[in-house]
Amino acid sequence: MTNPTKLVVDCSTGITETIELTDAEVAQMQADAETYAAQKAAEETAAAAVEAKKVSGKAKLKALGLTDDEIGALIK
Amino acid sequence: MANTFVKISTVTVGSGGAASIAFTSIPQTYTDLKLVTSLRGAAAAVRGTVRVTFNGISTNYSGRTVRGYDNTTTDSTTSSTSYFDIWRIPAATNTASVFSNDEIYLPNYASSNYKSFAADNTSETNLSSGNTNYLSMSSGLWSNTAAITSITFVIADATNFVEYSTATLYGIKSS
Repeated sequence: MTNPTKLVVDCSTGITETIELTDAEVAQMQADAETYAAQKAAEETAAAAVEAKKVSGKAKLKALGLTDDEIGALIK
Repeated sequence: MANTFVKISTVTVGSGGAASIAFTSIPQTYTDLKLVTSLRGAAAAVRGTVRVTFNGISTNYSGRTVRGYDNTTTDSTTSSTSYFDIWRIPAATNTASVFSNDEIYLPNYASSNYKSFAADNTSETNLSSGNTNYLSMSSGLWSNTAAITSITFVIADATNFVEYSTATLYGIKSS
């Protein structure tokens, strides 16, 4: 076998088959994986931006004289 | 006493791994379905994301997931996606031999209404810091009136489920 396989359980018979993916199925999976990778990268970038804003915001609050405990209480 | 909780089928991934696992020709004679899995992915990553689809149809999945991991909590929603990202499972760079514990509960799967489902997912990494335990809970909706006759799940990065991953489908009758 050259392509990955899928396990297909036929619940009406209880028989499980190991079936090689077709080239089209492999191509679709790879396309889906590329889309997923792009989405994941975008989510990570957005999360990093939010984290950076949190750090910046905390620094500004601290500069105003708030303690770490007070800042923690505010943002919970 | 009525036999209300019945194992329909179970499968264990063999030595070559498997890119997807599908339960097909699901009998329509139960009230609800419950899928219980123990999974690990082959990707060179800490975790892999598992996607589920019903009846081989890639439209109209939506829902909300709350996750806790690495001292972080997240809350995300999805709408009108072509799959539901339902679980995150340990992968190759996670603690060796750690598998996930996962469930999906599908009430009224044979009805002609839209299909709601609940899912939960945990993995114990046996580490005190770093990539610590992962857990998630999801509420999902498949906006389709067809009875569910098949359930398929894959890893989003197109890698394999590793050997000894297991999945068992149960049927539940109301009486």
